Amino acid sequence: MAFITANWNPLGDAFYRKTELYEMCWNIRDELKDSLVATAPYGGPIALLREPHRRSPSSRPQLEIYSASGVAIASFPWKSGPVVHLGWSVSDELLCVQEDGTVLIYDVFGSFKRHFSMGQEVVQSQVLEAKVFHSPYGTGIAIVTGSSRFTFATNIEDLKLRRLPEVPGLQGKPSSWVVLTQDRQTKVLLSIGPELYVLDNTSCIAVCPPGLSQAGSIVHMSVSFSYKYLAVFTDTGHLWTGSSNLQEKLSEFKTNQTAAPKQMVWCRRPKSQQPSVVLMWERLLLVVGVCNDTIQFPIEEQSVLVGELDGARIISSTHQELLQEVPLVCQDIFKIASMAPGALLLEAHREYEKSSQKADEYLREIKEQNVLGDAVRQCVEAAGHEYDPDTQKALMRAASFGKCFLTDFSPSHFVMTCRELRVLNAVRDSSVGMPLTHTQFKQITLQVLIDRLVYRQFYPLAIEICRYLKIPDYQGVSRVLKHWASCKVQQKDLSDEAIARVVCHKVGDSPGVSYSHIAAKAYECGRTELAIKLLDFEARSGEQVPLLLKMKRSQLALSKAVESGDTDLVYTVVTYLKNEMNRGDFFMTLRNQPVALSLYRQFCKLQEQDTLKDLYNQDDDHQELANFHIRSSYREQRLEGRLSRLQSAVDEYNKAKNDFAAKATEEEMRLLRFQRKMDDEKGAGLLGLSLQATMEALMSLGLHKQAEQLYKDFRVPDKRYWWLKLKSMAEKEEWEELEKFSKSKKSPIGYLAFVEVCMKNNNRYEAKKYVCKVTPEQKVKAHLAVGDLEGAADAAIERRSESEMGAVLSRCSASDRLLIDKLNRARVAATKK
Amino acid sequence: MAHGVRRDSPKVPDFSLLKRLARDQLIYLLEQLPGKKDLFIEADLMSPLDRIANVSTLKQHEVDKLYKVENKPIISASDQLCFLIRPRIQTVNKMLICKNKSLIICIFPVQFYACEAVMEEQGIFGDVTTDEWAFYLLPLDDDIISLELPEFFRDNFLAGDQRWVRTAGSALHLLHSLYGPFSKIYGIGRCSKMTYESWRKQVEEGEQRPRQAEIGSVFLIDRDVDFVTPLCSQVVYEGLVDDIFKIKCGCVEFGPDVTSSDKSIKVMLNSQDKVFSEIRNEHFSNVFGFLSQKARNLQTAYDKRQGMDIQQIKVFVSEELKGLKQEHRLLSLHIGASESIMKKKTKQDFQELLKTEHCLLEGFEIRESISFIEEHINRQVSTIESLKLLCLLSVTENGLLPKDYRSLKAQFLQSYGVDHLLTFSNLRQLGLLVEQQPGETLTVMESKVGKLVNDKTAGKLTDAFSSLAKKSNFRALSRKLNLVPKSDEEYDLRVPRDMAYIFSGAYVPLSCKLIEQVLERDGWTGLEEISRLLNGHEFAVIVDSKQENDADRIILVMFLGGCTFSEISALRFLGKEKGCKFIVVTTAITNSSRLLEALMDTPV
Repeated sequence: MAFITANWNPLGDAFYRKTELYEMCWNIRDELKDSLVATAPYGGPIALLREPHRRSPSSRPQLEIYSASGVAIASFPWKSGPVVHLGWSVSDELLCVQEDGTVLIYDVFGSFKRHFSMGQEVVQSQVLEAKVFHSPYGTGIAIVTGSSRFTFATNIEDLKLRRLPEVPGLQGKPSSWVVLTQDRQTKVLLSIGPELYVLDNTSCIAVCPPGLSQAGSIVHMSVSFSYKYLAVFTDTGHLWTGSSNLQEKLSEFKTNQTAAPKQMVWCRRPKSQQPSVVLMWERLLLVVGVCNDTIQFPIEEQSVLVGELDGARIISSTHQELLQEVPLVCQDIFKIASMAPGALLLEAHREYEKSSQKADEYLREIKEQNVLGDAVRQCVEAAGHEYDPDTQKALMRAASFGKCFLTDFSPSHFVMTCRELRVLNAVRDSSVGMPLTHTQFKQITLQVLIDRLVYRQFYPLAIEICRYLKIPDYQGVSRVLKHWASCKVQQKDLSDEAIARVVCHKVGDSPGVSYSHIAAKAYECGRTELAIKLLDFEARSGEQVPLLLKMKRSQLALSKAVESGDTDLVYTVVTYLKNEMNRGDFFMTLRNQPVALSLYRQFCKLQEQDTLKDLYNQDDDHQELANFHIRSSYREQRLEGRLSRLQSAVDEYNKAKNDFAAKATEEEMRLLRFQRKMDDEKGAGLLGLSLQATMEALMSLGLHKQAEQLYKDFRVPDKRYWWLKLKSMAEKEEWEELEKFSKSKKSPIGYLAFVEVCMKNNNRYEAKKYVCKVTPEQKVKAHLAVGDLEGAADAAIERRSESEMGAVLSRCSASDRLLIDKLNRARVAATKK
Repeated sequence: MAHGVRRDSPKVPDFSLLKRLARDQLIYLLEQLPGKKDLFIEADLMSPLDRIANVSTLKQHEVDKLYKVENKPIISASDQLCFLIRPRIQTVNKMLICKNKSLIICIFPVQFYACEAVMEEQGIFGDVTTDEWAFYLLPLDDDIISLELPEFFRDNFLAGDQRWVRTAGSALHLLHSLYGPFSKIYGIGRCSKMTYESWRKQVEEGEQRPRQAEIGSVFLIDRDVDFVTPLCSQVVYEGLVDDIFKIKCGCVEFGPDVTSSDKSIKVMLNSQDKVFSEIRNEHFSNVFGFLSQKARNLQTAYDKRQGMDIQQIKVFVSEELKGLKQEHRLLSLHIGASESIMKKKTKQDFQELLKTEHCLLEGFEIRESISFIEEHINRQVSTIESLKLLCLLSVTENGLLPKDYRSLKAQFLQSYGVDHLLTFSNLRQLGLLVEQQPGETLTVMESKVGKLVNDKTAGKLTDAFSSLAKKSNFRALSRKLNLVPKSDEEYDLRVPRDMAYIFSGAYVPLSCKLIEQVLERDGWTGLEEISRLLNGHEFAVIVDSKQENDADRIILVMFLGGCTFSEISALRFLGKEKGCKFIVVTTAITNSSRLLEALMDTPV
């Protein structure tokens, strides 16, 4: 602990430190020297392609992928064309740019994902150099070809190639170039000898870094992580630094090196006090601050520099170190003889641990300045920046100690930092190998960290982290499980049964995990049976259907759709089946699914009448077929058409053993023919009327004979016929005829009807004629109907019916005094009995 | 009517929120098409639209002209057209028109895949913007909410097309998210069960914010559980008005015979109407007495003017007169309506019709009733009424004797045309008009079918056949639930003692009785036999049995396939008795003629 400043080197008024991250687990020696190396920022994986330029077909170069700590992840012989450049995308995919402009994309486990080309002309002219760059739009690729043309794509996920204009005077590749993204525009900055050009979509402009005094050739350039700063190295050994828009100069420094550095990266951090550029030669690492101060480190082995958000990593074949500016808060605390509140608190806690009373003195000193809160905050913040768990602990303990003396202090920052540090320590572990600093972690966010862990298949760790940080299941555990299951189904060495079981066991019914999604993955890998097994666990049947259709399990899809109760889904499947199957099979399938069948029938009724008929035919549903014919007869304009439809209906009704309907339809046909005849002969306008209406019309036309014929032919009940005749005669006021008719035989509808109908046609005189014929039970009613109160009263009294007397009474007005008395008397008499 | 101390009815949740939601969304949709546009709307949706947004609101959002979508080509001078339609294939077929115009089709409440397919087939799918207008529920009154989906009944119960079930589920879900969470859900019927399932799924998928429940219990009931009630002639005022003048979307048009002028007047019928709200639930025989009392009161109120000084008259004119005038106007309208009803309904025919209905309900004098029906048919009184009586006879008697079945049908066809063959076929399918069959026939058929196909499908087929086999079992139900009170007692209609008053004391509506029983027992325990007679599919889910609060006394009753005003009146009565409040949600308001017209298949 006392030596915490041992690896600090002053640079201007700041300090730089080089912390060891890992002893590399890999077993390589000089390979870094003659390999293509790709290192991903944010502690991402490392890819090596050994001896890329050996072109003999017999020995293929080996492509190896390691974690940042050097744990081998994948290794396979490179079988494609010569590779010019390797790079990592933001989502940890390896991009291999080949000479012919083809870009092959591999995942971190070395399985091929896809490829694309950087343009046709590249095949001829070949790629001379390529660069992979990251911008807010994703991962981009820029190449320069043998014909000295630049082409780039800003986002490989949404590939749009931009071919940049020609650079005047450029032969072959430029002496150095970098990609810049500024103001939402991607540009290339390139140097030809001492000249510098900015190349964008439309133009190529010569520029000059302000104040670059020594006009040697520019041999190396580097932009900072944020694309804000530019460093330029000339063959005279000058290093110029400034803003990347070339408006501002930061410094100029003369190194005594004339050879171009192997690598040059910016080393700065957010709120940097003293940004610097790190240059690496064969045996020397030089850190040049903008204050023109330098630090020199000797290099013993081949190394690679990786620029990070807040520093630079130096990877050699044995070690990996992080070079960074010491954060201000750490300086405050650990600087020798620092009197910052945090430093005092740390000291106080150290004394307290030793049970020394000095603890109190330190504490009092902090309290007197009233900066205990600041002290705690400093300790917590510094702990975040420290890499060594022991230092972290010491700082956190001190913070915790200080917190005890504060009453009004929100612990959330402390708690959060504690948790995050545990997570960071876990992922930094060499077995995982993600050397993230706290600043980087905050930048990429926890979500991305979990994604990366999942992507690297550290499922248990990811789940532990989700649980530990109490991330809601939807974003946390469930998401991890989903990835896990999708990966699990691809394991070829396990049986379908075993995988389904283990997936179900682990995933259970975690919210937000869709079995159909997992099943879709299984199907993609060609494991249809497994997919079906997995789909069974899917609770929402709606989700199962699309995949089942895709897998051509249409029957199953249909029953699942029906189960879901979502008719739209059922209909989707039905439409699909209709197009996929032949008619017979399609109908058979529907037949087993009444819900789908009725749905389809409804649709056919409105859209496809003929299909409907076929459907009924298939089912031998003669009843419905007959109904169908009847319905279609409505649409027939011509009588012949209508009759033939009806005949088909009759046939079907007969087949359905519905003789009632058959007979009714036959009669209808007879009636129609009759009506047609009448219409032709007499112009009666009968077609389409009901039997009753036909007879009525005939009678009103005076065609009694024809009406009578219908009565006989269609065996119309007597009652109906009498009613009809009665009404019709009364309406036409054929009173004599009516009387004759009434006497033709005994009325099947009684004679009260006659009375009422006459009254309805306002003929009291005729009505009275029939009153006497009315049966005794209806006498009172009949008398009342013709308005003969006395007659009614007499009849009622005669029948001794109390209720009828009441009925008569209710019709009497006050003037009928006598009658009322009479009735009342009779009533009393009736009740007495 | 000593039922102990009645509790006050709890306050009804504010359902106007539903209207506001629908309106806001409509406006949003209209604004999708900036500038002047013509609005086309399906003819039967004019009235519901009027309830949601009146013409001035539409004008505000630059609706130029308003057209009905009818059976003729669509012609419009405007370049921008907006359609408000139900997802009906018939309507979509009319959209062929208007290429080269900006077109928005707002389908409500949801788009169906089938319609989309038709649009695609016609090649207009890509050219138009289709949107969904999530207008599920229209509050017709404080306690009546309608889905305005009259086709629900036929589609679901006759055609077996279940596409509306999800819509019903969504409607319930909407109510649940606005006024829930529901603590108890009961129901009976296949469709109810499916609606419940659909709702439950939607609840599971969505997020539920904890809120104070305003509605406690829900009761779902299928229309086919009780066909008897809607087949009976209505004699409660509101029901009568509906039967005679046809209430459309809470609004009725009184013709010249009522208004005693040469104009027709449209009147909103709801609880805002002071006169109507007092008589709507009354048996018709009381209405006149009530109206004349009201007239006297009104006169007295007017008469107050006599002794007033100027100041008082000023107050009177400014404060009371308008109300009185309004009341006066309404009163005269209702008196007119009552007179018109009297003219039609006190005639002997109607009395005899009622008598026959009561006989059928009681199961007495069936022969006489049959001859009455026969005469009714022979005299061609009215198609619907004849059909109604036939169905009532069949449902109460568990089918007609084969001889009667044939002869009555033959008579009917002679009277009203052979087209009704299809109507009969439909009625038979629904079990509304069937032939009495010896008990074992169905099982024989089932076993035959069972041999044809494998077990699983046989089960499903049986399901499909169940409607064929559906026995109404009305007699048994009536006995068990005591639906028909003993007729020897006088029933004082002015002081109703039970729900039977809505049918002159002759019959307690089965649907409402079921609701009462289930609520009383907190489930179906003890009603097993009854649910068996009703073909099962009953359920009771207690989500949360907390201590009682006000919301528990608000009960949502959802009728799938429509309900009648009489049933609503009966539930209002029940609510008063039990100190709770029933909110009726229905797919549509129905009555005997709407029910039967929906089942007709006559040429258009």
